[in-house]
Amino acid sequence: MTLPAVLPVLAATEEHVTAQAADGVYSSAWLLVAIPLVSAAVLLLAGRRTDRWGHWLGVLASAASFVVGASILLTMLGQPDEERVRDLHLFSWIPAGEFTLDAGMRVDPLSMTFVLLVTFVGTLIHVYSVAYMEHDRDRRRFFAYLNLFVAAMLLLVLADSYLLLFVGWEGVGLASYLLIGFWNHEMPNSVAAKKAFVANRVGDVGMIIAIGLMFATFGATDFETVFAGSPAASEGLLTATGLMLLLAATGKSAQFPLQSWLGDAMAGPTPVSALIHAATMVTAGVYLVVRSGPVYAGAPTALLVVAIVGAFTLLFGAIIGTAKDDIKKALAASTMSQIGYMMLAAGLGPIGYAFAIFHLLTHGFFKAGMFLGAGSVMHGMDDDVNMRRYGALSGLMKVTWITFGLGWLAILGVPPFSGFWSKDKIIESAFATNDGHGWQPWVFGLVALVGAGITAFYMSRLFFMTFHGRRRWSDGHGRSDVDADAPVRHPHESPALMTWPMIVLAVGSVALGGLLTIGDAFAGWLEPVTGHVEHHEPVLPIWLIMALTLVLVAAGAFLAWRQYGAAPVAVVAPRGSVLTRAARRDLYQDDVNEALLMRPGQYLTRSLVFGDRQVVDGAATGLARTVAGSGELVRRLQNGFVRSYAATMVLGVVVLAAVVLAFQL
Amino acid sequence: MSFVAPEVQWAALAPIILVLGAGVVGVLVDAFAPRAARRPVHIGLTVVSLAGALVAVALLWRDVRADGGVEVLGGSVLVDGPTLVLQGVIALVGLVGLLVVADRTDSHEDAFAPSAAAVPGSDYEELARRKGLTTTEVFPLALFALGGMMIFPAAGNLLTLFIALEVLSLPLYLLTGTARRRRLLSQEASMKYFLLGAFASAFLLFGAALVYGFAGSVRYADIARAVSVPSDLDPLLVAGSVLILVGLLFKVGAVPFHSWTPDVYQGAPTPITGFMAAVTKIAAFGAILRLVYVVLPALEWDLMPALWGVAVVTMLVGTVVAIVQTDVKRMLAYSSIAHAGFVLVGVVAMTSSGISSVLFYLLAYGLATVGAFAIVSLVREVDARGGAVVAEATHVSQWSGLGQRHPVLAGAFALFLLSFAGIPLTGGFTGKFAVFSAAVEGDLAWLAVVGVVASAAAVFFYVRLIVLMFFTDPAGTPGSSTTVVRTDGLTHVAIGLGVVGTILLGVLPSPVLGFLSDAAVYLP
Repeated sequence: MTLPAVLPVLAATEEHVTAQAADGVYSSAWLLVAIPLVSAAVLLLAGRRTDRWGHWLGVLASAASFVVGASILLTMLGQPDEERVRDLHLFSWIPAGEFTLDAGMRVDPLSMTFVLLVTFVGTLIHVYSVAYMEHDRDRRRFFAYLNLFVAAMLLLVLADSYLLLFVGWEGVGLASYLLIGFWNHEMPNSVAAKKAFVANRVGDVGMIIAIGLMFATFGATDFETVFAGSPAASEGLLTATGLMLLLAATGKSAQFPLQSWLGDAMAGPTPVSALIHAATMVTAGVYLVVRSGPVYAGAPTALLVVAIVGAFTLLFGAIIGTAKDDIKKALAASTMSQIGYMMLAAGLGPIGYAFAIFHLLTHGFFKAGMFLGAGSVMHGMDDDVNMRRYGALSGLMKVTWITFGLGWLAILGVPPFSGFWSKDKIIESAFATNDGHGWQPWVFGLVALVGAGITAFYMSRLFFMTFHGRRRWSDGHGRSDVDADAPVRHPHESPALMTWPMIVLAVGSVALGGLLTIGDAFAGWLEPVTGHVEHHEPVLPIWLIMALTLVLVAAGAFLAWRQYGAAPVAVVAPRGSVLTRAARRDLYQDDVNEALLMRPGQYLTRSLVFGDRQVVDGAATGLARTVAGSGELVRRLQNGFVRSYAATMVLGVVVLAAVVLAFQL
Repeated sequence: MSFVAPEVQWAALAPIILVLGAGVVGVLVDAFAPRAARRPVHIGLTVVSLAGALVAVALLWRDVRADGGVEVLGGSVLVDGPTLVLQGVIALVGLVGLLVVADRTDSHEDAFAPSAAAVPGSDYEELARRKGLTTTEVFPLALFALGGMMIFPAAGNLLTLFIALEVLSLPLYLLTGTARRRRLLSQEASMKYFLLGAFASAFLLFGAALVYGFAGSVRYADIARAVSVPSDLDPLLVAGSVLILVGLLFKVGAVPFHSWTPDVYQGAPTPITGFMAAVTKIAAFGAILRLVYVVLPALEWDLMPALWGVAVVTMLVGTVVAIVQTDVKRMLAYSSIAHAGFVLVGVVAMTSSGISSVLFYLLAYGLATVGAFAIVSLVREVDARGGAVVAEATHVSQWSGLGQRHPVLAGAFALFLLSFAGIPLTGGFTGKFAVFSAAVEGDLAWLAVVGVVASAAAVFFYVRLIVLMFFTDPAGTPGSSTTVVRTDGLTHVAIGLGVVGTILLGVLPSPVLGFLSDAAVYLP
């Protein structure tokens, strides 16, 4: 990578670079969205005819988007900072009298970061899916949905107005819904898809209100106008807007209080979990907050709430992750927690924006890699997800083991792997919140620190339970290290189409973080969007923070090794402590939702139905009876005799003439 | 003394001449062409003439936009914006409607009796059926009717109006009586339609005579001039105009001159029902518009209260009686009565947006109506014993579960019903919105409220049919069942055009609305 580390550092200023018109290669940015969208349309409309080659078309579309994205990136790298923010006008979208909205794209370092992440990881996952979904008769439809997702996600990050962003936002929600429920012939999958959809709808309401507030305040919803007007708007309004945007973000990014859907979303095929529910879509909330930086700049309270939500979810997800035995659900809990980190960083304000996106990027690589690894393990273990029936797979699935291991080291934050660079920065910044004054740096800093330790524990637990220890399955020859009735499995390495994407992602897990940190390259890269910020001093010395983090990580990993690597793992989960049981039940998130929302909602609807039957329907049926009665009456006049028809006409003429003459008088 | 040939601007009459000329040629085809060749020749002739009429309308529009329009044949025919719009809409909807008329099932049966002259049940009828005769005369008849309809809104004096009325009516009386199945019902309907139509024509003619007595001229321009000057003969004028309006309101099926509608719509061959329900109404409203907006505007305060009343009663009776119908065709007939009421709301608005909203409504309604009746013509009963496909399954209960077996067809029907009901994103919604907002603009908010209430009530029976099609299991009486016949495909083309038009007018109405408000300017 040749990210320019030697950029002339702008003066310490909050100024954002103003956008220029897109020209040259920038003007092809629309292709990014159009290519996968067209491919999805072709695959969906052409139907079974494309079954034979449809998946390759999907891969090709995603790869083509990547090529377009990469060429834009290369051009952008060759230009100075102030020319890196481009607006591409597409067409006049809503010309409604005084309100006009143009559909356009904002091509800048932030959106390009996402474009590259989505298309690169997306393409790898497309390739992986070709093999993973090989025996599924609906593979073509799967690729159509994947393409649809890529198109919607790119629209989301490239949109230059909140309204167009919302289109992408709903698009990814739709794709996510379709893909979670891809195997909808089984009830739990449909239910999971519906749950994700409903939880997201709650967030969407926040988005709609936020857009409405912007429209009411600024009379526009495009970034340019909203951001330019923000400094002059009242703090109350900005706070309300910020909180509503946060609500939207919590829905999409599975943050507290709308986090409950992510675990169930693992019902989708594993590549989907890797792409949508780990690397890209779930990070859209972080994007939204970072993109809305100028709004939050005038709303410190909203920003604080963002940080609190992030910090809370960080611990929440981590605790759930310690108790899950389902490999995908454990990874999902980890995703939730890692996005908590990003949200926390975004909530720290401009100093955290760059690190939030940086962690998002590295996380996209190592988490997608680990999900693909999990898929590879499931592939070898007859789609079993119960880690208590795994064990000792390291020798049998070497590539999976090594690539997963690299991802594991990255998420733990072991230097010099990717996660170290990004997560360490977040912890550091958390300790520097609020310029190091008040309670915030201590609370956020310690939460981030403790979270790192718990992360190390649950990820190591997952890793050791899966790849090490004793085999808790049978190889069919009665060989099992645990019990006689162990399920028979024939673990094997996955085909090359699956392993290569894992290898590429593993390389990213190893090197990306370090490369982008050299000379603060990534933070400098984002400066045209986030603005330049002077580094603040944390309340603790940096070396101490780093040392404490590493100690905690080592302790967590060691603990996991002692419990799950060295000691035998029970094939049936032990009862466990109160906390374990709570974590196993996702800290009662569903129970809380049920008690707080579902039951009262049911009572409300029941009483409404009662009222509806008695009062409204009563009136309506009464009216209907009257209407039907008079209908019958008129129908009797329709007796089929021409003479009565003619008589009716004459009567009509007389009445009409009478009316007219009466008005004459 | 030498005869001076009148100067006629033939070009301005091109759409009418094309259609009527094709009708005349059609008669010759029936007389001279070999039997096997008749049907394809007729279809070709019909399509070419109507498409030609559309092109002619488009070409004429350029001149009319520039100079506002021309009077032809000494003011008998007025070619201006509304005339061209209505002629275009009539040609378009008529073309779509005639596609359904021209279609036949895969056993080469069309909707018409092999020999309409044969006594039902006679040996001759059986013989004609076995010989495979067809009543190809329906094509020239329909073209004559269309020609009359195209003159109707263009008429510039009361005589032309009357002649156009007869030219369009007489073929329709005949067409009504030509159904292949349930022939007695069809012939009875034809007879009723003829008797009542003649009765209504008499009113119109009598009214024309009274107005002539008042103004001393049958020309619209002269009458309008005379109306604006107060005189002692006002009662003559008022009574005359009421009678003329009665004759026209009969054609649109407004209450209390609607009694013929359900019987005729039910008895006529279904393609003809769709054809006349759509196109006749368009033409008749065109004539009413010109009369109300150009000839009698000075009588606004005399005539309008009566027309408000007619509009209200029409909307309410159409809606309420439709609710208790059990026959699909009769239900659609009453629904078309209700629609006549909604259109009248736009007519009585007496604003320029009233004209354009009525034109839009007629287009949207026409496309959906032709489509809906086209679908009715495809849904058939299966004979319990022989398994042969027989008459149309028009009882509502026979439609239950249709959506499960024929989702696309039932979906199209549901779309038309939703358009009738005025659900957003369909042409019907835009049309209703346009006429109601025109009424509000014309200070008739109360009338718009009545219209909204009526259309809300009307949703009931439209949606009931949708529910029946999609969410009720096909019950059927034991031994008989419902099926959808295969045809040569013309009906499906017509349905497809109806669907596309309905959706386009609902989703992207602004170009059409904009064009119509440009075109809605009458010659004085």
